[in-house]
Amino acid sequence: MSHISPVLWQFLVKWLTNSGLLPPEASKIAPQMDALLFFMVLVSLIGLTIVALLVTSFSILYNKKRHPVAVQVEGSTLLEATWTIIPLGLFLVMFVWGALIYFRVFTPPANAMNIYVVGKQWMWKAEHPGGQHEINSLHVPTGRAVQLTLISQDVFHSFSIPAFRVKREAIPGRYTTVWFEATKPGTYHLFCTQYCGTNHSQMIGDVVVLTPEGYKKWLAESTNGMSLAQNGERLFASLSCAACHNARPDARGPNLANVYGAKLTLATGGTVIADDAYLRESILNPSQHVTQGYQPIMPTYQGQISEEGVIALVEYIKNLDSDYRVQQTLTTTDLPPEKQVKTSPTATVPPAHGKVKP
Amino acid sequence: MSSDTIVRLPDQATARIPKDNYLTRENGILSWLLTSDHKRIAILYLASITFFFFIGGALAGLIRLELLTPQSDLMATDTYNKVFTMHGVIMIFFFLVPSVPATLGNFLIPMMIGAKDLALPRINLLSWYLYMAGGLLALYTMAVGGVDTGWTFTTPLSTHYVNTNVLTTGLAVFVAGFSSIFTGLNFVVTIHKMRAPGMTWFRLPLFVWAHYAASILMVLATPVVAISIVLIALERTIGIGVFDPTKGGDPLLFQHLFWFYSHPAVYIMILPGMGVISEVISTFSRKRVFGYTAVAFSSVAIAVFGFFVWAHHMFIMGISNYAVLVFSLLTMLVAVPSAIKIFNWTFTLYKGSITFETPMLYTFGFMGLFTIGGLTGVFLGTSGTDIHLTETYFIVAHFHFVMVGGMLMAFLAGIHFWWPKITGRMYPEKISQLAAVVTFIGFNFTFFPQFILGTLGMPRRYASYPPEFQILNVFSTAGATILGVGYLLPVLYLVWSLKYGAVAGNNPWQATGLEWQTQSPPLTENFVEMPIMDHEAYDYEWLEKQEREKEKEVTSAG
Amino acid sequence: MPDNLVHSADAASSAHDEHPPYLRHHFNSAEQQADASNFAMWLFLLTEVMFFGGLFTAYLIYRNWYFPAFVAGSHQLNVVWGATNTLVLILSSFTMAMGVWCAETRRRKGLVLCLSLTFILGLAFLGIKSVEYREKIEKHHVPGFHYSMQSFLDPQSDPEVYAEYHDKPLTPDMAVHTELYFSLYFLMTGMHALHMIIGIGILGFMILRARAGAYTAGHVTFVENFGLYWHFVDIIWIYLFALLYLISRHA
Repeated sequence: MSHISPVLWQFLVKWLTNSGLLPPEASKIAPQMDALLFFMVLVSLIGLTIVALLVTSFSILYNKKRHPVAVQVEGSTLLEATWTIIPLGLFLVMFVWGALIYFRVFTPPANAMNIYVVGKQWMWKAEHPGGQHEINSLHVPTGRAVQLTLISQDVFHSFSIPAFRVKREAIPGRYTTVWFEATKPGTYHLFCTQYCGTNHSQMIGDVVVLTPEGYKKWLAESTNGMSLAQNGERLFASLSCAACHNARPDARGPNLANVYGAKLTLATGGTVIADDAYLRESILNPSQHVTQGYQPIMPTYQGQISEEGVIALVEYIKNLDSDYRVQQTLTTTDLPPEKQVKTSPTATVPPAHGKVKP
Repeated sequence: MSSDTIVRLPDQATARIPKDNYLTRENGILSWLLTSDHKRIAILYLASITFFFFIGGALAGLIRLELLTPQSDLMATDTYNKVFTMHGVIMIFFFLVPSVPATLGNFLIPMMIGAKDLALPRINLLSWYLYMAGGLLALYTMAVGGVDTGWTFTTPLSTHYVNTNVLTTGLAVFVAGFSSIFTGLNFVVTIHKMRAPGMTWFRLPLFVWAHYAASILMVLATPVVAISIVLIALERTIGIGVFDPTKGGDPLLFQHLFWFYSHPAVYIMILPGMGVISEVISTFSRKRVFGYTAVAFSSVAIAVFGFFVWAHHMFIMGISNYAVLVFSLLTMLVAVPSAIKIFNWTFTLYKGSITFETPMLYTFGFMGLFTIGGLTGVFLGTSGTDIHLTETYFIVAHFHFVMVGGMLMAFLAGIHFWWPKITGRMYPEKISQLAAVVTFIGFNFTFFPQFILGTLGMPRRYASYPPEFQILNVFSTAGATILGVGYLLPVLYLVWSLKYGAVAGNNPWQATGLEWQTQSPPLTENFVEMPIMDHEAYDYEWLEKQEREKEKEVTSAG
Repeated sequence: MPDNLVHSADAASSAHDEHPPYLRHHFNSAEQQADASNFAMWLFLLTEVMFFGGLFTAYLIYRNWYFPAFVAGSHQLNVVWGATNTLVLILSSFTMAMGVWCAETRRRKGLVLCLSLTFILGLAFLGIKSVEYREKIEKHHVPGFHYSMQSFLDPQSDPEVYAEYHDKPLTPDMAVHTELYFSLYFLMTGMHALHMIIGIGILGFMILRARAGAYTAGHVTFVENFGLYWHFVDIIWIYLFALLYLISRHA
């Protein structure tokens, strides 16, 4: 969208934002979506005007008093073709344009910073990797891609930030993700938009966009000292995961260092990328996600661990490749480093790669 | 009669209500409750859907009253949730789905094709009883505390997280669903097998084509919602696990099954209305519908394509991006036939001889409002913009534009258009034109602000909302008051017209169509002798020849 | 009466004098009536396909996701009973088809015999089904009613089934999904059994009417259309048998 004349762009953005018809544009995708909305409104107005003009003018010209005898006109293939092809063409333009935006919104960049959000009746719980927890609010920095990993603890909810033009369902049983990059500091509405019971309309909050410095400050003020990964590490120990998942050569379970993002071969023969969903499923339904070469002996933790607990574990495992996380002490105020994109997927998990605590 | 109406009403000066007609043939309540006459069944439906419409409308009034203020202060949040749920359930299943098919379709389809009744008259009566059973169950549900899942019964909310009357509501919808299936089945068989000699497919009125397409949907799609309700009931009572993630089930499966019916359901609701529009616009332009074949095929195309777009209700629910691509593309395709129809109706006016009786006013209202509603559907079918607009008041505005601005207007157009045929009486023209205008104004005031509420982000199904949304909500409620008046007026003057309306005569509108060649009200057997169709649909030249040949006198049959 | 209905087909008016008593007055001829009701039955069966379709969809998805659980669940079904039931139904379809032929060829006694055989075979099907259901109840394989996964966690605790299949034990998280299999089993066979019960009820009514000669005087539509319904219920069972009973049965 940057190749539109900047003057026109400025005008559009300013006019659209101040028109009172749209929320403020506070994310990178917002102006792009507003441009498409504007196009659609324009096309609709033109279409509606054409129909209204035709109907009005025909009603006047061919009013019974003026035109007492009707002329039987059968039809016109040319006209039929015209008003089939032109609407279809316009709709297809919208389809393509919209699909591009859709893919953009739901394909997070590799360097996005991840925040977990758990929805439950009737509140949103956001968990930053540094361990900061929020209820019904979400603090994010400008200038940084932020991915939300959402899940519900009970029924369907939907996490909506109108100012960012993003919305995603939080459903029980699987993660959903959405990403955005905030551009304008301020406080914006956060709504639950999927009807979820009695207090659906109270499941609202604030999205607070801060400058990077402000965000750093906020992180420092809000931490309780334990990052998500450290919490996960504690859970990992208390649930005795290390009994099987360790670096020993005769370990009953695969070593989890560097497993995040790796391409794994499953016992069923298929391959899978070990992403958040895979890690979660492996904890809750292990026997369907066994790596090749290992026995399906892992017990299921379904019912024994909350979604926050799973998130903590997932976050711990995700960070088992970096010294930074493992050697973390109490300084949880720094932003996590931009994640390196995995260059060569490994076929199997390599044993004893180093930094895992026994 | 004023001189700017289309009719010279050659026979009206001497018209009398025929002594023998379907209303007078038999008397007594049993003759109505055990009738197999499609016309009487249509009247039974008309009375019952009007009743349910006003119940649903009262619930809508409560919603708008609550939303006057940002706080949830008129009623408890739980109560509000029940009110909007019951509003949706009643309006969709007990008003919109049966409205035109069960009243006008039942009454007119046999007459339009030259038959004496539908193919399965007793099944037709059964349909009405099933509808009433479902409706009474819905009323019972309201009486014992209502249900608050939303009309969409989203799992796991409806299966594990509410303690309201999900099962009784589900049963009500299940039973009403079978009413719909049997009506659709009856129509398909009738249209296939009972057309009079000479009534080929392409001589059928477009009203019949529209009902045929809607009936295909009724027959094929409704059973899927039936089984979805069965699954919800079992999940809720014994926990079979089909929708429960902790047991390996998938709540998204319910969404797929539910929307597989509920999307075609919206076409079930609108297609018959489109059929009415075709008839009215042709009659009041004195012209054959422009592009008859295109309109006929468009109806069928909408029905067919309508089966393949259901997941556009699920774009942000976590289905794969590629699934979204496919469903978004198909949604664009299903939008095109509706556009084709709007243009064909517009060009029906071209070189016509137009008058502006009440049915025509409602038709113009339909064309404007359905165009807006349909175009906003494209906003939603475009995956990118759907992200921002879905689950907000934009959706509420969209479907009210197509259903109320579209379908309900078409229903009212049809009721007024065929009122003379059904009752033998004319409705009062001036007050009905006023009611049409009031409805149009009230409708726009009510629902247009909701588009803006949606683009601003106000979520739907909210009992309370941030204060900055108040002014648009107040506008909307003000409009709803006007709209209510617009809907109340027809009830009053139509009932009045039963006794005091001018006698209509056979064909007050000088319309083509076999139904207008019979007396008003018609005989129980519709036709004394089987008609033979020897002219095209909307053949005004044939009509003119007829008028010149026959005597301008209405006599009673016996 | 309006005289602008110009012509009428003579056939209709003269046929009025000699129309069969079963011809309903909104039809123009007996052929039209038979044709219409036949078409209506086919259309109704199409709605039934859509009705069962939702269950088949759920089955396909969950079988794909949880195949080991479906295998273990399927092994719990007695294939001998299932195959017997399949044969019973196929045989009943044959007797039903013979019944239709008898009606068409005006063989009253033959019709009553065929309908009665169909009736008995239908009851036999339900009898075998209830034996199977009883076995499921005893083994606590009914979802929602003290459902037990023991046979899947420890197959050797179920010696009969183990002797035949030597299944490996399922892990607990997979064993949970056997409840889904049985939910679908009861739903699909239960829905089918409900349609059988309705069919048998109508058969009973038909036998009484057949004895009075109602269907052997030229008006065979009811029997023909019911035959369609019965064959449909049979075909559904054949699909159910294959999908539910025959998962991974090879040695």
